Amino acid sequence: MWERVGERGLSARSVKAPPFEYEKPDTLQTALALLAQRREATVLAGGQSLGPLLNLRMAQPKLLIDVRGLTELSACRDVGDAVELGACVTHAAIEDGGMPDPTRGLLRSVARGIAYRAVRNRGTLGGSLAHADPAADWVSVMALLDATMLVRSAAGERRLPAATFMTGPLSTSLTAGEIIVSIRIPKFSARARAGYYKFNRKPGEFAEAIGAVLVDPERGIHRAVIGATAGAPFVIEDASALLDRVQPSRLQEVVTAAGFIPGSYEHRVHVVALQRAAAKLQ
Amino acid sequence: MTAAGQRKGIGVPLPRKEDARFLRGRGEYVANIAMVGMVEVAFVRSQLAHARIGAIGKPPGQEDRVFVMTDLADVKSIVADSALKGFKSSAQPVLAQRKVRYVGELVAMCYGDSRAEAEDIAGLVSVGYESLAPVVDMFDALQRDAPLVHEHWGDNVFLETRVDDDLREIRSRAAIRVQRRIRTARQSMAPLEGRGVVAFYDRRLDQLTVYSAAQMPHITRAGLASCLNLDQGRIRVIAPDVGGGFGYKGILLPEEVCVAWLALKLGRPVRWIEDRFEQLTANANCREHHYDITGYADAQGRLLAIECDAVVDSGAYSSYPFSACLEAAQVSSILPGPYRMEHYACHTWSVATNKAPILPYRGVARTGVCFAMELVLDAIAREAGKEPYEVRLANLVPPDAMPHVNITGKHFDSGDYPEAVRRAVAAFDIEKWRKRQRHPEPDGRRIGVGLAIFCEQAAHGTSVYFGWGIPMVPGHEQCTARLSPDGILELRIGAHSHGQGLETTLAQVAQEVLGIDPANVRLIHGDTALTPYSTGTWGSRCMVMSGGAVAEACSEIGRRVRHIAGKLLEVAPDDLVLEDGDVRVAGTDRSISLAEVAHVWYRAPQLLPPDVDPGGLETTRGYKTRQDTGTFSYACHACAVAVDTELGTVEILDYVVVEDGGRLINPMIVDGQVFGGTAQGIGTALYEEMPFDTQGQPLASTLADYLLPGATEVPAIRIEHMETRSPLSSFGQKGIGEGGAVAPPAAIANAVNDALKELGVEMLECPISPRRLLAALAEARVPSPRLSPTR
Repeated sequence: MWERVGERGLSARSVKAPPFEYEKPDTLQTALALLAQRREATVLAGGQSLGPLLNLRMAQPKLLIDVRGLTELSACRDVGDAVELGACVTHAAIEDGGMPDPTRGLLRSVARGIAYRAVRNRGTLGGSLAHADPAADWVSVMALLDATMLVRSAAGERRLPAATFMTGPLSTSLTAGEIIVSIRIPKFSARARAGYYKFNRKPGEFAEAIGAVLVDPERGIHRAVIGATAGAPFVIEDASALLDRVQPSRLQEVVTAAGFIPGSYEHRVHVVALQRAAAKLQ
Repeated sequence: MTAAGQRKGIGVPLPRKEDARFLRGRGEYVANIAMVGMVEVAFVRSQLAHARIGAIGKPPGQEDRVFVMTDLADVKSIVADSALKGFKSSAQPVLAQRKVRYVGELVAMCYGDSRAEAEDIAGLVSVGYESLAPVVDMFDALQRDAPLVHEHWGDNVFLETRVDDDLREIRSRAAIRVQRRIRTARQSMAPLEGRGVVAFYDRRLDQLTVYSAAQMPHITRAGLASCLNLDQGRIRVIAPDVGGGFGYKGILLPEEVCVAWLALKLGRPVRWIEDRFEQLTANANCREHHYDITGYADAQGRLLAIECDAVVDSGAYSSYPFSACLEAAQVSSILPGPYRMEHYACHTWSVATNKAPILPYRGVARTGVCFAMELVLDAIAREAGKEPYEVRLANLVPPDAMPHVNITGKHFDSGDYPEAVRRAVAAFDIEKWRKRQRHPEPDGRRIGVGLAIFCEQAAHGTSVYFGWGIPMVPGHEQCTARLSPDGILELRIGAHSHGQGLETTLAQVAQEVLGIDPANVRLIHGDTALTPYSTGTWGSRCMVMSGGAVAEACSEIGRRVRHIAGKLLEVAPDDLVLEDGDVRVAGTDRSISLAEVAHVWYRAPQLLPPDVDPGGLETTRGYKTRQDTGTFSYACHACAVAVDTELGTVEILDYVVVEDGGRLINPMIVDGQVFGGTAQGIGTALYEEMPFDTQGQPLASTLADYLLPGATEVPAIRIEHMETRSPLSSFGQKGIGEGGAVAPPAAIANAVNDALKELGVEMLECPISPRRLLAALAEARVPSPRLSPTR
């Protein structure tokens, strides 16, 4: 993370937020109308990333629209072959279970590894996805699961596939006025197996490398994801060759393809993360 | 001692009195203080490491809320000189003048009704910079054509010191010669509470009152008085509860001077609370050392000589009061550690760079020194084909040589250093780990064991500090003791307790001397108006120095109590003993309570005879150790680690500390000190690092970038105590406050190197991060000369 700060230089920063207006609408419709009217507004969900950015004055929105408490964003439901999780579901709620889990435990174990419990109590699934930090867990996991973001604006609704949702570091294909309403995650079939490995300096810190794999023969899925990249997670849609017999040289190649320089620290740790994720399938 | 048989004096693990408020979140810190009419300060800080300052533009309409150095024209720069020969003086203006010398240096002070408002104003101040080439690395700073941090010096060297010795004969004789290039990264101290100041002017007393998160309030007052041109009596410094000091809070900050000046200027209370960004990037820097060190030994690993060139990156200014020479001067005087050797040569440089001044952090130079020496000792052990502990046993000062004056003239007062190693090896069961190492681990990690030993000079006094000639020389430590009318004992000391547990341990000392229940003892500390002068809390000195002063003052109170009680009971004072809060005629059940004696003195003086000692029940007594060269505690740290050679991570599997702090006043509090210090040492070993880019921009600006060890990184540390009494102190106690933070980098690095020895990898730089470890492993795969840390 510090490399990024260095490039930017240390401008006049402090840990007190600049002035901003604050709205907490009662309904999604009101929120969307407000967003349509005030295009410069920023949506506040859990605030676990936005809060520090505000205090560091790295984010200086004119208006914050607080969507916590919008019932439309916290509903979870089983829709047959998939489960829809509301965007304002917290990491802690996922960690604790108590909602339909289409992944037989993967979501819970990933949630358990996000930051610290205090952050998980407030941080939300949709907020994390919209913030699109490359080192965050959900952007990689949703790409692995081929999830779909259900997105709404005053103008209507769109469905954005997770694999192409993130367009770069801290940027997504959301347009001004749009909010993630829910995330639709396809259900694992009976023989599905997944592996996820996050490497970080200590529990709770940002990921240095993420490897994730999913094999679901009934659905014809042999997917691998390399996360904590410079931008969007790198998805290997057909990783069957990679996963049938894990070969170090093949792993090296895909990590290079994901944009890492062979021989670099980042390359090494991403190879190991992917290898260890794949090993979890065994 | 007491009727119930429950001792509460020296040696008892009494629960801490102060915990009643700390554990309930009821401490009172600077940031808890709010006053009517108070304004808040934010600073404009330099964005460049080295630049000339042009025009500073105050935002229109806010001119009266922004101050630059020309507005503070009468305020003197902070100067902390050393009398050591050749020391070059730096003057740190409290707001930058003409040029800035590090990122984060104060350029302008702004105030508003809230901090956010002050920040808004600060954000509108424009500063014209003409950038200069920065000198960021200490070795670049030593180049002949390097940019100059202080132009008039002609170079970038605060101080060069030299301990010369003729090593020619040793060089030809030594069977083992190990040469290493060793480095400790720049760190930033990270106490839970940052710095903070609330200042206001008291018109009635014509006195500036400054609440400051300070560990040396009397020194802070002296520094403020000098910068503000006020006599010291016109300043009162109060250090309320302080959330960790570690050396950082002994330093006079320019922020404190600015805020105090503004309080005088405005006639309103003014507050500045340091945020973590300011602390990490601009203020609490420490620890950056480089050693080119060679150890000479015979074929058995017996040490013949140490030869070292050491460079310390002191940053841009000499900080008050410890000066920019403290670290490097310590390196040359303490590098030999607890070992005997025939010859010793050491050349040091304290180098100025365009980075924040480095400040003394728990252990000061000792952590770097221990890291350098102990890595060399392990390298010698490998060359000699011996267990590292065997080489330690062959070289440590043995108990029959105590007291011992070592090769640099340090006076080791007492102890059995080899026994600490033997006990650590036994507690740790090194054979168990050696057996485990012979078989591959199921998870592919590599196991290593390592140890480190050091001795810690503490509570050293006048003769030591006079020699350095810094602004602060400790003399007698004083305590004012007063038995109140209700029999409660008040103790006033000039040092400050911020985690040391002095409110408890000094009460235990009073109990030992006066027999009073510690519950009836109140410690008053941290307020220059209420306490005798002291240099404060630093150098692991309080239990020896304040403890000694409390004992002296309590003895005198005891004498006076016996004098009065003798009159009342009509016996000779010598026939009276003090126990359980009573004054008793020895061998009888005739007694009078301390409260009754106090009541008579204050409230029923008609009962006193005419020849009563008019000194009453209040006294100030001073104390020095029998000789002021310091007590020497020591410890052996031993640990086992598992190294993941694929990811470069290190897990600590077991950690043992055998520590000798002399007689322990409160063993539980000592354990706490050792635990906390060791956790910080683990941070130095594996996590904490304040990197800079080539332009001198600090790169770790939040605790997401600056990694601290937490609950998951600190193992269950096992502590064993030895209690060799110091012949120099009141009760045989030794200072141990810093020791925990000294040895972990060395012990952990030695364990990592033990794990990796078959791979030809030797880590010589801390923190041992995955990035460094993987780079070293990659380099080892390619045959190459001896690994060296990056410059």
